[in-house]
Amino acid sequence: MSDTTATVGRSVPRREGGDKVTGRARYTDDLAISGAWFGKTIRSTVPRGRIRSITLDPAFDWRRVVLVTADDIPGDNVVQLIRDDQPVLAPKGGEIRHKEEPILLLAAADRDTLEEAISHIRIEYDTAEPVYLIDKATEVFSTVEIRKGKVLEEVEDVEVVVERTFRVGLQEQLYIEPQGAIAIPERDGSIKVIGSLQCPYYVHRALKRALRLSDAEAVVIQAETGGGFGGKEEYPSIVAVHAALLARKAGRPVRLIYDRHEDLAATTKRHPGVIKHRTAVKKDGTLLAQDIEIVLDGGAYCTLTPVVLSRAAIHAAGAYSCPNVRIRARAVATNTPPNGAFRGFGAPQSLFAAELMVEHVAERLGMSSVDLRRQWMLRLGDTTATGQVLTESVGSELVLDAALNAAAPLRRADVPTCRRGRGLSLVFHGSGFTGSGEKKLQGTIGFEALADGTFRILTASTEIGQGTKTIFCQLAADALGVGLDKVVLAPQDTSLVPDSGPTVASRTAMIVGRLVQEAATEVKERLKREKAPLRVEKSYIQPDSIHWDENTYRGDAYPVYAWACTIADVEVDITTGEVRVTDLVTAVDCGKALHPVMAEGQIEGGCLQAVGWATIEEIKMKDGGYQNDRLATYLIPTALDAPRIRTILVENPYSRGPFGAKGIGELPMDGPAPAIIAAIHDAIGVWLDEIPATPEKVLAACASR
Amino acid sequence: MRFTLNGTAVALDVVGTRRLLDVLREDLYLTGTKEGCGEGECGACSVLIDGEVVDSCLVAVGQVEGRNVVTVEGLASQDGKLSQLQQAFIEHGAAQCGICTPGMLLAAHVLLQQAKRLSAADVREGLAGNLCRCTGYTKIIDAVLACTK
Amino acid sequence: MHEVSYLRPRNLAEALQLYRTTSGCRLLAGGTDLMVMLQARTLRPEPRALLDVWSLPELKGVRRLNEAVEIGAAESYTAIIRSPDVQRDLPALVAAARTIGAAQIQNRGTLGGNLANASPAGDTLPVLLAYDAVVVTDRRSIAIDKFFTGYRKTALQADELITAVRFSLGRQVEFRKVGTRAAQAISKIVMAVSRRPARIAIGSVAEVPLRARGAEAALERNDVEGAIAAVAEDIRPIDDVRSTAAYRRAVTQNVLQDLLRVSAR
Repeated sequence: MSDTTATVGRSVPRREGGDKVTGRARYTDDLAISGAWFGKTIRSTVPRGRIRSITLDPAFDWRRVVLVTADDIPGDNVVQLIRDDQPVLAPKGGEIRHKEEPILLLAAADRDTLEEAISHIRIEYDTAEPVYLIDKATEVFSTVEIRKGKVLEEVEDVEVVVERTFRVGLQEQLYIEPQGAIAIPERDGSIKVIGSLQCPYYVHRALKRALRLSDAEAVVIQAETGGGFGGKEEYPSIVAVHAALLARKAGRPVRLIYDRHEDLAATTKRHPGVIKHRTAVKKDGTLLAQDIEIVLDGGAYCTLTPVVLSRAAIHAAGAYSCPNVRIRARAVATNTPPNGAFRGFGAPQSLFAAELMVEHVAERLGMSSVDLRRQWMLRLGDTTATGQVLTESVGSELVLDAALNAAAPLRRADVPTCRRGRGLSLVFHGSGFTGSGEKKLQGTIGFEALADGTFRILTASTEIGQGTKTIFCQLAADALGVGLDKVVLAPQDTSLVPDSGPTVASRTAMIVGRLVQEAATEVKERLKREKAPLRVEKSYIQPDSIHWDENTYRGDAYPVYAWACTIADVEVDITTGEVRVTDLVTAVDCGKALHPVMAEGQIEGGCLQAVGWATIEEIKMKDGGYQNDRLATYLIPTALDAPRIRTILVENPYSRGPFGAKGIGELPMDGPAPAIIAAIHDAIGVWLDEIPATPEKVLAACASR
Repeated sequence: MRFTLNGTAVALDVVGTRRLLDVLREDLYLTGTKEGCGEGECGACSVLIDGEVVDSCLVAVGQVEGRNVVTVEGLASQDGKLSQLQQAFIEHGAAQCGICTPGMLLAAHVLLQQAKRLSAADVREGLAGNLCRCTGYTKIIDAVLACTK
Repeated sequence: MHEVSYLRPRNLAEALQLYRTTSGCRLLAGGTDLMVMLQARTLRPEPRALLDVWSLPELKGVRRLNEAVEIGAAESYTAIIRSPDVQRDLPALVAAARTIGAAQIQNRGTLGGNLANASPAGDTLPVLLAYDAVVVTDRRSIAIDKFFTGYRKTALQADELITAVRFSLGRQVEFRKVGTRAAQAISKIVMAVSRRPARIAIGSVAEVPLRARGAEAALERNDVEGAIAAVAEDIRPIDDVRSTAAYRRAVTQNVLQDLLRVSAR
């Protein structure tokens, strides 16, 4: 007998939990594929130049390996994404734009042969002068300008203008499972790729383009995936195409699994940037105008940079209502490895600056920054920088109150070399794709009622730890009024499931989850008249009330926003400049918590990533490459570094979300960094304008005080 | 060479300098033990040798001759019943993407074998060699502490 | 590429015999550094064999000998941390061992390995210097301040094997490590200080773990301010991936001041 108690809002066991705690879950590198060879990518050692020659030492018997060059690419030598600027492999004579740029691919029956072959390849370059610094960059990937009301200079009654410039650093996603794909050539000319990835159809499109395959000839299957955080949004297309090229030429399966060093050295990072704010106010705190300039470093190729920039710009004014706003944003090219998607997608960068600006204005006016936030915050009926009127589910005040109520009194330090402090931030984050993104994409899911009385959800949305597999089944079971055991999720295999869009942008639960709920409801209705088996497809339909003009950046940037208030307590050791985040409280307006334990877990994980970004995760560059290219040098917080994170879920339903839910995947990345910097100021009286707030910077700031 | 693996005697003919991690995954098909970094930083490859948690990427397989090795596959009972700790990981949401979970479970398993009553600080110290990027550790610590009650 | 063979001696005598007679042979204890380099193929010269000394009974154990404690070269940090003798007599060594990696590394890492590896960042090495420890080998005893001869170079002969480290008792040593995070971190600076006799030993601030002789001389005169000033001249820090020379210099002085305050109590 199936238990038909409602499951939404209950923390049911994770669907694949049993497999994950017993070691049965199969990640890409766990798959035994008979006859598979091992692949390897040969990369540039210079940041800029042209390939003069590639020499294969005849002392090695090259028949023992398979070698792929740009000449072996049957389709376009392009990584399919936004702009066709990034080659799959740099061709001979072609331009090298960054260190670690892929040039050759090799495969061999065993790793020793592979290593031996690599040691017999020599690549020579004609080098050119690289561009590393944002201020020196001349090539612009994209620009965004958002205008609301007048520009700052034209606004009347201005009494105080505060100006400040902020810098944010590179950050690695650091999923614990490195990138990897296995390509299997089939007899009929099709190619199957199994990999660690977030977006099966991104990879599908990339394979079709580079290998000149039809829809049916390219098959992409997601293996169990050990974390993504955006790092497995676009980069897996490169890994998969490389593996497929090797497999096609070798005529046998090829495993292309990155080790951690390659993953750190070559794959995308969070965009670093410089954000300059000018804020005009009256002495009573009235917010009159914001003028914001954002420059992000895209690295050597465009990847998703224009979209990252767009999200950065839209969130740049913060969760506040300002009558006059100008935001000018541009993304530039440098000769460093391309930057790409990472949880938050530009918003953490611009919100970091926006939140600290509130602190600086409050300090200048001699006001409490909490009171100033209350005065400024967007409320129901207010208008955002893009001119969007907020008509529902605006949780700004709810989360502020919830966090303030939950925070315990701050204990002051008892050790003479230690100072404690507290900081707060208030942020919002648009759920789903920007503007008309969802309308253009028209994500589609399939839903089947099977003859045996069970149901199957068909979607390309992936489980990467955030709980897709579980919450989709909860949504379907509740909509159908059946037990969870009657619903399964079909594998994320492009030959089976329609394109429900990428698993990104805080859209999976809210946008795709809603489609699941609607499809299940429709199936339930049809079963009253028809018999199983039957199948429905549901595609996203943009509500008529949403208007967006992508040329002017005016209108409804997102269907709805999720809100968070974060309070961070820190301890600063004034002898060493070390910062320890001792306590973190975050209140999140998620609309509806479909699965409270998973929602909390996702928020806590995002918060700790932000703690790392704000404090210890530093990447130093040398000659256009990352010096921190091993786990011994790129450090993320351990259990001993992490504060206890307390999450307060605030339920403030959104009418078009499934059961009221809003997307919260990225939001927790936004708030902690500015709260921590404010807490450091509270502790030692010094404002840092740049993260990570490494001990080196903190100590230098203390000394210069 | 011979050793005990998850309670069963194993005899292998392998080069002793190979990494225990590779022998487990590639020769014995026990892929629950993961490689996250290959240099003893992340703990994803944690296994137990004679009841102590180690990174199997840093152990030459010859070094486990005659010893007792436990991997994640050895935590549930023979009939497949999950241990209290495994069950707690599921209930408390301690496993998200799951890639750190096997190593985390083994490090936590050792902690729970200790006679002393564990505090949250003890658990944090005991799990400091196992990196997790999904959870922020809070749920993992809750799961381990739930097993001390 | 040749296969690296694995040698497992039954006792110390057999180990010494093999070490002398096998060409291209490297010693393997806990493997926390060696196995990383073996996998990354960065060992130079490329080894032909690993000689596993991890289980040799002669290299294990903590022994109390009259006015000294002797710790086997292949004893794990975990065993050192748990040893009641070490806890009572060498608390700074316990403190240092607890900062090394985390449980997994502490279960495998050894004093012998830390010494032979001779990394300027080796966490126990300043403690050994502050205690004036003696490195005991198969053929002699080497005073710790004569042990480090250059960047990752030691006074050991090619076929010489560390068997134990001996500490004389009755000295109070304070320890502090500054790393990027609370566990699993290589130090930015690491320091051990004894007030009487004056020993100020510091890691990660030069090509070797060093004794700050100028600062020690000042401290010997009870000139604390002088010691703090002098230590900046004693060290030779660099900018690297983990920190900067300027930071290391400033923090060395601050930490020294802090430790001297603690040891004055």
